[in-house]
Order: sequence, then C-alpha cells, then structure tokens
Amino acid sequence: MSQKQARLTQNPLQKIWVPNVNSKLFRRRGSSVPQFTNSPTMIVMVGLPARGKTYISKKLTRYLNWIGVPTRVFNVGQYRRDATRSYNSYEFFKPDNEEAMKIRKACAITALKDVCSYFNRQEGQVAVFDATNTTQERREVILSFAKENGYKVFFVESICEDPEIIAENIKQVKLSSPDYVDCDKEEAVADFLKRIECYKVAYTPLDDDKDRNLSFIKIFNVGSRYLVNRVQDHIQSRIVYYLMNIHVTPRSIYLSRHGESELNLLGRIGGDSGLSPRGARFAGALSTYMQDQSISDLKVWTSHMKRTIQTAEALGVQYEQWKALNEIDAGVCEDMTYEEIQENYPEEFALRDQDKYRYRYPKGESYEDLVQRLEPVIMELERQENILVICHQAVMRCLLAYFLDKSADELPYLKCPLHTVLKLTPVAYGCKVESVFLNIEANVDVDRDPEEALETVPDHI
Amino acid sequence: MEADGGCRHGLVSLTVGGPAEQKELTQTPLLKIWVPWMGSSLNRRRGSSVPQFTNSPTMIVMVGLPARGKTYISKKLTRYLNWIGVPTRVFNVGQYRREAVQTYKNFEFFRADNEEAMAIRKACAAAALKDVAAYFTKEQGQVAVFFVESMCDDPDIIAENIQQVKLGSPDYVDRDTEEAMRDFIQRIKCYEATYVPIDDERDRKLSYIKIFNVGSRYLVNRVQDHIQSRIVYYLMNIHVTPRSIYLSRHGESELNLLGRIGGDSGLSPRGQRYAKALAGFIEGQNISNLKVWTSHMKRTIQTAEALGVQYEQWKALNEIDAGVCEELTYEEIQENFPEEFALRDQDKYRYRYPKGESYEDMVHRLEPVIMELERQENVLVVCHQAVMRCLLAYFLNKPAGDLPYLRCPLHTVLKLTPVAYGCKVETFFLNIEAVNTHRERPTNVDISRKPEDALQTVPDHI
Repeated sequence: MSQKQARLTQNPLQKIWVPNVNSKLFRRRGSSVPQFTNSPTMIVMVGLPARGKTYISKKLTRYLNWIGVPTRVFNVGQYRRDATRSYNSYEFFKPDNEEAMKIRKACAITALKDVCSYFNRQEGQVAVFDATNTTQERREVILSFAKENGYKVFFVESICEDPEIIAENIKQVKLSSPDYVDCDKEEAVADFLKRIECYKVAYTPLDDDKDRNLSFIKIFNVGSRYLVNRVQDHIQSRIVYYLMNIHVTPRSIYLSRHGESELNLLGRIGGDSGLSPRGARFAGALSTYMQDQSISDLKVWTSHMKRTIQTAEALGVQYEQWKALNEIDAGVCEDMTYEEIQENYPEEFALRDQDKYRYRYPKGESYEDLVQRLEPVIMELERQENILVICHQAVMRCLLAYFLDKSADELPYLKCPLHTVLKLTPVAYGCKVESVFLNIEANVDVDRDPEEALETVPDHI
Repeated sequence: MEADGGCRHGLVSLTVGGPAEQKELTQTPLLKIWVPWMGSSLNRRRGSSVPQFTNSPTMIVMVGLPARGKTYISKKLTRYLNWIGVPTRVFNVGQYRREAVQTYKNFEFFRADNEEAMAIRKACAAAALKDVAAYFTKEQGQVAVFFVESMCDDPDIIAENIQQVKLGSPDYVDRDTEEAMRDFIQRIKCYEATYVPIDDERDRKLSYIKIFNVGSRYLVNRVQDHIQSRIVYYLMNIHVTPRSIYLSRHGESELNLLGRIGGDSGLSPRGQRYAKALAGFIEGQNISNLKVWTSHMKRTIQTAEALGVQYEQWKALNEIDAGVCEELTYEEIQENFPEEFALRDQDKYRYRYPKGESYEDMVHRLEPVIMELERQENVLVVCHQAVMRCLLAYFLNKPAGDLPYLRCPLHTVLKLTPVAYGCKVETFFLNIEAVNTHRERPTNVDISRKPEDALQTVPDHI
C-alpha cells in the first residue's frame, strides 16, 4: 500500500490537527470532543402526572447540552395547550372523553414529527419526549416510529407513591402552570388530583418481564432505587449515571472567584499569583458572609491555584482542592496583558473574538476543553448539598452556564465579577440566582464583549 | 515568575482588616500543591492532589452462587479503585478456606449438613472479617456496607465461567476436566438449597446493586455516597464480551530523535514507516469493527492517518504536560532545573512539573478513557509514553510506584486480551528502528547529586 504521508494542518481556531482537504477521509468531524452518538436517541419519559417527568426532562436536557450533545425537550402538554384554547378541568383527561383523546393523540403525533425534523434538519442528537406515555399502546406507537426512522429509544420511568412528595411537586410546579392561572390554590390542587386519577386507571408501568428487551431506567421514590435494563451505548450509560446522581434535597450552591490577585491588578491573565491586599480583604469578607448564611454542613472547594486557596484559608474550615477547577490554560499567552497578546499574537487575539467558546490558546485550552474537564465537578456538585466553590473567571462561567442553561455562545461572556458571590438555589424547573457584591472594590474586571476587542481592555497598572 | 524549587512563591505576609488573618501558603516542592504553613490551625491538611471523597471506609460485600462472577468482579473492581487512587483490597474467603483445609476432596465439604465443614467455613469468614478490620486503619467512623449481588441462571454462561476459572483452580489441580466439572456443579447445588437473594422488600434499607445475567439488567438501591456511585457506574460499564485492546505509541517523532520531551512535532521518516507498518499489522489482525483513538497531538494523528480508517481524537490522551520543561532535553532540565530533576526521580508518580502535570494528574484525566475502553470492544489506542504507562498499569494492575517505569518503547504494539481474572499481553515490535525514550531511575536521587549521577540513565539521542 503506497499511501503518501498524510499532510496535516492545524485548524487555527481549535488547534485541531486535520488532514488536508484532499485526503479521502476529509469528512473528519474535527471535533475537540470524541463523538459517541451515532444514531439519534429518543429519551421517552413514562409516569403519572406530578412524578417529576418534566423536571427530569429539563434537567437532563440542560446537562446534555452543556456537555456538548445537542438535546431538546418535546413536551406534549405544551402541544396540547397550543391545540386547545383553554384548560377547563380535569374532565379533559377522562379516558372516555373521545374528543379529547383524539386531540391528545394528534398532539403526540405532531410532537413526534417535530422530533424527526429536529434530528434530520437541525442536527439534534437527543430528543426528550416528555409526556405520561402511561399506556403500552402509546409506547408501541413511539417504538414503531423510532424503528422506522432508525432512532434509539431509552425509557425513563418515574414511579412514586409517597403522597408528600406528590403534594410538594404539585405545589412547586403545577399551581403556577398555565392551566391553573386563574384558579385558587385549593381548587387547582383538587382538580389536579382528579387529573392524576384519570391516568391511573389506564396506567401500565414498564413490565420487567414483557418489556425486558427494551432499554430503560425506572426511578423509584425520587432515587432511593433504580432498575436499569439493557443500556445500549455510551450516551445511555452517561444518562443513567447522571440520573442516579441528581437529587431534590433543598440546598444552595455558592459560586465565587478568588479575591483580586496581584496579576489581576497588573491586567495580566492566568498565572499563579497570590491575593492583592484588597483580595485578602475580600477573603475576610467572604468568611463573614458565609458565617452569616448559617449553613449546615457546608463543603468548600478550591482549585490548585494559590489565589483560590488563600481565599479559602480565610474561611477557617476544611476545603477540598480540585485541579479540575484550575483556570483556563492560556498556553503561550499565560501571564500576558491583552496589549501584549495583541502585539505578539494579533491573529490569535482576533480568532478568539470570533468564536470565544471553541477558540483554543496555542498550547493551551478552550472553553470547550474546560467544560470537558469540569464535567466530574458538575457530577459531584449534583451529588452534594450545600457547597461553596471558589474558582476562577472562565471556570465560573462554565459552571454558571450549566446551572442557568446558557448556550455555548453566551457562556464565555457571562458576567462573573470579582468580589461577588452568586448564590444558586434550585427552584421549580430552574435555578434562582442571588448576586451578592461584598463591597470591596476590585480594580479590574477582565471582561470584554466581542465587538469591542481592544477598546474594552480594562485599565490596569 | 521562574520555577525553581517552588518555594519562592510561598511567603505572603499581609495583615488584613478583616477578622481572619491572611494565611501564609507554601507550595510543596514535589506535588506543587499550595498548603498553609505548619503553624496554621488547619495544618492537618491532606494536601492531596486528588479530592478525597472517602471519609468512612467502605466494605463491598459480594453475594451470589458459585460461578456467578463474584471473584471476577471483585478483582476487576479492586484493580479499578486502586488505579484511581482509592486503596482497596480483596478478601477472598475461599482462599482462607484453602489455607485452613489443606486439600480439597470433593463437593461434600460444601453440603449444608456437613457440620464440621460448616464450623471451618464460619471461622474462615470470621478470620477474614478480622483482617478487614485491621486493613481499615482508621478507627473512628462507621464502615459503610455496599452489597454486590450477581444473579445468573443462564447455563451457558455458568458453564463458560467454570471452564475459564474453576477448572484451573487449586481445588481441581489434579482432576480431569469432566470430573472437575461434575464436582463443581454438585458444589453449586449445595449452595442453591439455602440461597436467599437480597430481598427487595425486606432489605430495602440496605445499599446494594444486583447484577442480572452479566449486565443486561441492574437493580440499584440506596447509593449512599460518592464512592458507591462510582462503583455502580463502573460495574454498569464493564462487560465480558471477548475483545482485544491494542496500545501503541505514535511513530518516532522529530523531537524524539533530538531527545527532547513533550512538544507537538510530526513524525520522523522512521516514524512514518512505522505508521505504515502499523496499518499492515492491524490489517493482518483481521479485527472486526475496530475503533481507533488518538490524542490531539500531531504525531498520533499522523500515525492514525496511515491506517486509512476513521478515528476519534481525545484531548485526554495527550502526553503529560511537562510545563516549563516542555521541549527540553534531559541535559537541559538538569542544567536549568536540577532540583526539579532530582525531585522527579524521588517520586516519579506524584511529581508535578512546574506549570505542568504529574502521573497522578494523568490517571485522573484518563479515567473517562478507561471507562469508555471498558464499554468498547476492539480498540486501538495510539498515544504517548506516559499515557500508555498509565493505561497499561490499569490493565496489568501495576502499582503507582511501578507505573512510571513501565516499558513502552516506540514502534511496539501491545495487544491486551482479557482472560480469566487478568489480561494476556502480547508484544509486537514492528521491526522499524527507533530511539529509546525510556529513562530508568538513577541510583542517586538526592537533590545535591552531581550532574553525571543525574544523567546516568538518559538514553542516547542526536
């Protein structure tokens, strides 16, 4: 075989080595992350109302998108709301309401059509089909549809009989639903409970024996038990691992950067410098703030870099050091000012502004790389309860984007100023954010918007 | 900020207006970890480069009839946990029994009504538990218990298990195959009579995973903490389908020729020839459905390109980052960073290059690669010396002390095939000369050593 030595070229943005275009394998995905999803996958939720299906759907979608797997939720209830003018009462859901049944089935079909379009025309990889799917018949429809189109199917069934959990769910997310916008609370709860009864009559859970050839996970009582059947591939394995690590115990996550550092004062990026005097004062203020928060059993995490550790030391409590929380590696640009980068690497400077998420510093990292290395941190954050993470600007942007469901394009521009604590508290389907500036000035905020490039380089010494 | 021994960065003495005084930090010279001075009240800093998630010790208790894969799972899980840095040991009660009862006669020992044998077996379990307690050196805190039950009623799988690991057991060393097989099946029957699986209702407060039919189904109950979660994830990703893993470095690179470490150079002419030879070798192996993985570095990608098949690039497979020592020769490292050079020889596994990585860091970043390798079937990984050492140590159960000195020469493919409780290794040197990049530990690792002592084991180069 006389193959010529393949000539490689390094694409300037991501610094990925790819063969020259006329190589016969030039259909190189050239991704900086290994691509494990071949066929598109449908995740099909199963369960009575108020069992957390939409909660799981949204959370799982947020996670998958963050790790780089394009995912979208298709909520059939939403299609139903769009099809019917307004919601009257639970009677719509009675199994003998033929007219309503037709509408509901049509909604499911429309949603499936949109799934198709998402996969074929919008480069989606995972579609989460969020509906009760409580009958075998409905699940058969989905399975046939998937088979026709070559999609994989993975069922996620949520089973819960604890009346307290169900009541809490109804309170958190049903009372504020568009369906009950004009009802008083007690009326809404009564109606919703009757709605659940409508489904119960015809509910057939996934059968451990009859459905043994399907791929699924059954979640019992918000995660005290799981039954996992026939995981087919990488993405399903990741999904199972994620679902087994999340919990719904109330807690707060505090995100903060280290105090202002010596290099911050000099307008230099990266490096491993210590705190400036103001940064040291911030560490003290952070300690006071955290004490006032009166948190039971708070965990504290830092990176391996001096400035986060110095900040944590002021708290006087145990902390864990994670190398994965280290700031983005700016490679050849480490310790430089933006002016120096512009002077020495003008092309790099421009490329970064073109696609700040995917841009990789020469001999350094990209935000996309950061997300990959932060994934175990996110997984552990999901397992934990009250926790304070003292990290760095780029790292904090990545974590924040995960919690607030920000896209890759928005992520590198999220505002994470120094001396400001973000308190994140999961609520309903999302995350409440409280921003607390601890009232200690920080000179620089190394933060630029794309259009302004050098114009916005912050003042520094 | 130059990197010398690292201690220069240490002293930050500031007085602060706030209630907490600014702590002084020092960077440990070997691991490059920032820790407070000893005088700090929290001086019981673990100073680990990896977050420590195991507070209470954990006992993993296997459950299941004979030939259900308990020892296979025990050994594999132990290997994985040790590799990721969680000290783990197997306590195999059958082994205690073999030591207590010198020769095994036949299955009658295991009959439920054999009182004498029962007493011995119970004593063995008690002895093993005592050893477990001794192994857990921490006295405070409870021991978390996690059960792993393996359930299987597929006679083909059971027969295959018996074939693979029972016939070769010390118990059957003098028996012929058929006799051994018959006896073992009787042995299983002895247990079947009294076997009570973990009960999903009565045992609902216990933490456990039940594995059905070699992984087609799992039941997971009450995972308590991080380590149990990792164990469950691992157990759900392993499989027993026969396959082979091929490990190879990139072909010889330009920097290899110059004796320079790291960097991102392309292949030398001999390296290019290796890439073609590798293609020939792989084709000759006739592997079904081979996946090929490379790093993001030019030299592995160039090597893979010669194969003419699709490949995945993993940044996690990049060579160890030598920080300030990137692209230097060992002689230059000795000249510019003699203390670093000595520290590295003192503890090559934990030593972190200034602004770079350690082998310990690499194991951490390779963990997702290992997890995916477990999921996959036939795979060829084209990587780098330090990376390959880490992967090899995982498959061959080599401890941290040996890992950085494993031999992974250029132009040599290692074919790993899981067999019984371990891994068969076949080495294929593809007959294309290359420089030697293996540097043994020199005798003198003292910081004050002479340059000749430091450079004693440096391989030849241009």
